[in-house]
Amino acid sequence: MSQLIEDIEIIDLRNLIHVIQSQYNYDFSNYAISSFKRRVIRVIEIYKLGSVKRLIERVQSEPKFFKDFLSEITVNVTEMFRDPTLWRELRDKLLPEIYSKLKEVKIWHAGCSSGEEVFSMAILLKELGLTKRTHIVATDIDHNIISKAKEGKISLKNMLDINDKNYTRFMPSNSLSNYYKVDNNYAFLDKTLVENTVFKEHDLVKSEVFTKFDLILCRNVMIYFSQSLQNDVLNKFHQSLFIGGHLIVGSKESISWCDANVKFGIVNSEEKIYRKIKD
Amino acid sequence: MLKSLNSPSVEENTKYKAIVIGGSAGSFQVMVKILSEISNTMDLPIILCLHRLKHIRNGFVEALQIKSRKKIIEPEDKESLKKGNVYLAPSNYHLSLELGNKFALSTEDMVNNSRPSIDLTIQSSSYVFKDKIIGIMLSGANKDGALGMSILKKRGGFCIVQDPLESTINTMPNAAIEQANPDRILNTDGIIKLLNSLKLS
Repeated sequence: MSQLIEDIEIIDLRNLIHVIQSQYNYDFSNYAISSFKRRVIRVIEIYKLGSVKRLIERVQSEPKFFKDFLSEITVNVTEMFRDPTLWRELRDKLLPEIYSKLKEVKIWHAGCSSGEEVFSMAILLKELGLTKRTHIVATDIDHNIISKAKEGKISLKNMLDINDKNYTRFMPSNSLSNYYKVDNNYAFLDKTLVENTVFKEHDLVKSEVFTKFDLILCRNVMIYFSQSLQNDVLNKFHQSLFIGGHLIVGSKESISWCDANVKFGIVNSEEKIYRKIKD
Repeated sequence: MLKSLNSPSVEENTKYKAIVIGGSAGSFQVMVKILSEISNTMDLPIILCLHRLKHIRNGFVEALQIKSRKKIIEPEDKESLKKGNVYLAPSNYHLSLELGNKFALSTEDMVNNSRPSIDLTIQSSSYVFKDKIIGIMLSGANKDGALGMSILKKRGGFCIVQDPLESTINTMPNAAIEQANPDRILNTDGIIKLLNSLKLS
């Protein structure tokens, strides 16, 4: 954060959002304002633009710059096995229950970012011997981050400081290092883990519902949206789930005030696991 | 010094709507004392950002709650700020307040090696409350919060820093004193006394 935060006016942000909307058909008007503002400031600092006006000019005149802007404006801080207690719940309870009822299971990682959660799920499924019975779709608004997700390339520092530790809390008897190789300060996850995962570009705001799933994970994505947008997105998730299908959101996210809330039952309030109970 | 009639002392001023407090190493016991001795009639909402272990999601609220007279809540995303409550930034999330008095959580990069970052919590709370907020900076080992406090001060908020002589680790109070030019430098008892003597609207 910098002093610049003082100088950004809501009207400047509105202008920026308007330009992006009309020229590129992405709608940021219902993003949470506090984080969106910080992201805009961050872009201005990274590219040494000095003002929102200059940022708007570059977005307008350089479509290639807009792609980079899109990558920077969305938050891509994520962890493998974030909230180990959730992953234990998945392993010990939810997944066994789901797979006992279904032959094949369709999972959607909505807002998959750099793929840490996709790989976490792939590892869990492999450990449970369920990989072959699973179809996974992983989507994100940002084309660049999807390419990164497919690579499974993670900075060694993050792998050791964050992911390894989370995994150990999830599964003390095993080590995450069994799933990656280290080269030149990077950890390269075993790509065969996601060889059957379909990665695709999808904007939760603008894109249509595309198929139905048995399980949707969308953790710490909707916190970047306003309440009205969260409400819309929850409707989309509701439409994208089979009856009895599950939705998992972030540990501090709530769907309780959304319209579609009444069509979901709470499976685990601590880990934020919900089940679709009616159409 | 003569008191100007236009600017009553902080205790007499009824404009304040919220309190934001930041702290890190050495602030826990101070916070426990403040929460146990603060009067129930002082019902301004308190927004609390304390550095904490990222992997330990549970237990912190409970530990603070034991002696607290007020209800301590780790807000969920978009939860409303209400009078009389204490809101604690959850582990591994940044906590911001947005216009309309709703909290917004985020997993953005760490700021000053911290998530939650005190700078972000103070800065966003002061954006919402402008000159109607009291900011308090407690003991801690880095400079997170100092910039937030300077912004709060610039927007007209009232700025209190724990006396570095009393602070277990004084890096944070010293940084805040240097950057924000606080209105008061107080020990824990002084902070409690001031909060309990606030006139409320």
